[in-house]
Amino acid sequence: MPDRRSLGVAAVAALIATAIAIALSFAIHWFPAQASTQAHNTDRLYHVLVIASIPIFVLVVTVVLYSVWQFRMKPGEELKDGPPIHGSTRLEVFWTAVPTVLLLGIVGYSFVVLHDNEKKPAQEIQIGVTGQQFAWTYQYPPSVTGGAPLNSYQLYVPEGRSVYFNMRSKDVVHAFWIPAFRIQEDVVPGITTHWRATPDQLGTYPVVCNLLCGLGHSLMRSTIHVVTPAQFQTWIKSQTSATSSSTTGGSTAGGATG
Amino acid sequence: MAAKLRAPGFYRAGWMMVGGVAFATAITWLVRMSTGHATFHHFLSGDAILSVSLISVSLAFLIGIGGFDYWFYWAAGRPTRPEDHSAHGAHSWKDYFRINTDHKVIGIQYTINSFIFLLIGGLIAMLMRAQLAQPGSQFVDANTYNGLFSVHASILIFLFIIPVFAGLGNFVIPLMIGAPDMAFPRLNALSFWLLPVAGVMMLASFFAPGGAFADGWTAYAPLSVNAPIGQTFFSVAVQFAGASSIMTALNFLVTIITMRAPGMSFFRMPLLVWSNFATSLLVVIATPFIAASQFFVLLDRALGFNFFNAAKGGDVLMYQHVFWFYSHPAVYIMMLPGFGIVSEVLSIKSRKPIFGYRMMAFSLLAIVGLGFTVWAHHMFTSGMAAWIRIPMAITTAIIAVPTGIKIFSWLATLWRGVLHLDTPMLFALGFLVTFTLGGLSGVMLAMVAFDIHVSATYFIVAHIHYVLFGGSLMTIFAGVYYWFPKMTGRMFDERLGKWHFWSTFIFMNLTFGPMHILGLQGMPRRVATYSAQFSALNLFISIASFGLGLSTLVFIYNMITSWRGGPRAVANPWRGLTLEWQVSSPPPIFNFDRLPTVVGGPYEYGVPGAVHGIFAPAPAPAGSGPSTVRASDE
Repeated sequence: MPDRRSLGVAAVAALIATAIAIALSFAIHWFPAQASTQAHNTDRLYHVLVIASIPIFVLVVTVVLYSVWQFRMKPGEELKDGPPIHGSTRLEVFWTAVPTVLLLGIVGYSFVVLHDNEKKPAQEIQIGVTGQQFAWTYQYPPSVTGGAPLNSYQLYVPEGRSVYFNMRSKDVVHAFWIPAFRIQEDVVPGITTHWRATPDQLGTYPVVCNLLCGLGHSLMRSTIHVVTPAQFQTWIKSQTSATSSSTTGGSTAGGATG
Repeated sequence: MAAKLRAPGFYRAGWMMVGGVAFATAITWLVRMSTGHATFHHFLSGDAILSVSLISVSLAFLIGIGGFDYWFYWAAGRPTRPEDHSAHGAHSWKDYFRINTDHKVIGIQYTINSFIFLLIGGLIAMLMRAQLAQPGSQFVDANTYNGLFSVHASILIFLFIIPVFAGLGNFVIPLMIGAPDMAFPRLNALSFWLLPVAGVMMLASFFAPGGAFADGWTAYAPLSVNAPIGQTFFSVAVQFAGASSIMTALNFLVTIITMRAPGMSFFRMPLLVWSNFATSLLVVIATPFIAASQFFVLLDRALGFNFFNAAKGGDVLMYQHVFWFYSHPAVYIMMLPGFGIVSEVLSIKSRKPIFGYRMMAFSLLAIVGLGFTVWAHHMFTSGMAAWIRIPMAITTAIIAVPTGIKIFSWLATLWRGVLHLDTPMLFALGFLVTFTLGGLSGVMLAMVAFDIHVSATYFIVAHIHYVLFGGSLMTIFAGVYYWFPKMTGRMFDERLGKWHFWSTFIFMNLTFGPMHILGLQGMPRRVATYSAQFSALNLFISIASFGLGLSTLVFIYNMITSWRGGPRAVANPWRGLTLEWQVSSPPPIFNFDRLPTVVGGPYEYGVPGAVHGIFAPAPAPAGSGPSTVRASDE
């Protein structure tokens, strides 16, 4: 029979464990650099999910450990049985209804984050992304270059401007993922897929193919440069002047379908 | 010798398999020749012969060992073997290596076969972790590495988790419901022998030109369509493993529905039977879909059907929808039987009735229903229509409710019980902890905005291993220890069992826990090498995984030595009420020498005078009154 004292000890231990775990969840360096407005939203969502999960996990572990501590068979109880408790409708309704409400609440919140992350801003630039075994190429349409379309192995984007990627595959399914932006989507033969992000921190970040695409999959990595709008214009100019129209012309500007 | 070559067995299988190759050669030569040189340069093609051989040789093997003998005799109008039950039971170790219609023999065949593949799959994992211990290529090239993780997953899903549950169910279900055997013993025997065929085929793909299938167990098209011939080994092996699953599931369903002992109403069935009933429903409905997905790939590969060739109007996303329509329910196929095992173990080891029995049964059915409505959560980043993400995210979150009901009911079952903390119980308790972690990360993954970041990363690897290792495998260990005395008639070494549990539990968390962080940090899964920033955690994981590998050796040693020389087990070592504990260990050849009648619930521990089954008097059924058998009488 559980006594009040041991229940109190368990409750206090559970509260302390919860507090420590939540503190730890803030201390742990979970994510890479945050380089887009979407990253802030997604990271906040993750922290909310972790903080919501901790009490549930602590509850399960506490009940298991408490039962092991208090209810383990003691010498002389080898033939003893526990009390024949078959259930409790009230408890069962409780642990059906409360998780349902919690889950619907949290999935609702995640939809808000999703909506915020995918909302179309007033202005954005379009960049084409082409995946092929085992490299990425990027297409800047005339609306971005102000001249001939540009086809490049390098990915430069201006800080503070929403970028809409139009992604196509030449062979198999790839996934265009920029961990610093917290966004990816598959690049699928036959269709054009999209995602958008607003870079908000200068720097260079990894671009990763995140769907097994064959032998060179693990090396299908690239870099994104988030630069100031002025630097971006300079880069565009240097590219369009450096590469004659013969190499850039005829490229199917991936942005066209946006 | 001639008689040996004609009788069912390995000799006959041998020459028939040679015939299978000849058939494949002849049929491909005929087809290519009749089509002519305009289409084919050579009438003999290695790839074509190999592809057809995979099917014809496998069927020849199954015919050769006698899997179809009865039906062939019957279809030919010849007298079938008289029902003398000569193929029933095992009298020597050789009886485990032939077509055997005894569900107890088949259950052990299944279980041991599965554990052999667990060891192989685990060894492959060790190779993978050796490769990943440091960035850069350590041991194998990218093609071999891709083959390793593809075979690792395929072997452990199709040849370990799914069949080992079917094996334990095969042994226990007829005993639990008071039946002398399964409803279709010959189908049962055939369904077992499909498994080694599928397993050997998957492993043999390493020797195929171009290496093993290397597109993951998901085999996404069009990568799999254009892959080397090794991919065909996967496509065909899945057909055999899937056929085995479906046969066993049909067998379970018919057995459970029609062969329960008198008085065994559905709501007097042990939850292990309930969970296999629910699982079998999932299997028979879902498994045809993965068969279809692999047939599509096979037809694309072999005959140019262009199902998934976008340039010819094929639909790439279609593959993923059909594949996941099976492969999400498959997660529950790999979990529900474990729920059943945990319910048995927790109730009997807490000496209390299972808390909320009916809700435990209903929540299984709820998972079956909801399980078919969540598949596209594997495709949140696939490029499918964006709106599909919304309903799929909601159903994915909601399916956590019936799972939560089970977790809370198990916790309530522990409450105020008398806990016997032996090996099966430790694994059941460990399961509660690790599976809860896997469940919580699963709920996180239902949140689309978060999933968009971690989909197909090491976070997913961590999640699936918390569910399949921390979930399924923990319950499998619990179940194997729990029924070991019944299956072998021997007791296992309790001290080694505890060592096995603690080493598994600790190293499992050390191995898979840090993978969450790797995924969040940006490490993709299925990579043969990785960026240097991830090297510290990967080295840690690799070292922990070797500990995890070693912990399995403790288990294997314990099982082998205990089976050979462990102390004899009594009929009912755990003082259980369910019917399998009321017969000898191991059980008599037709399970019940005295017919059982069920008069009460299966978990009435602590209820004074409670009885689950009563047995007709021993010598003559014309005896006086029924004698009761109680757990506490042992």
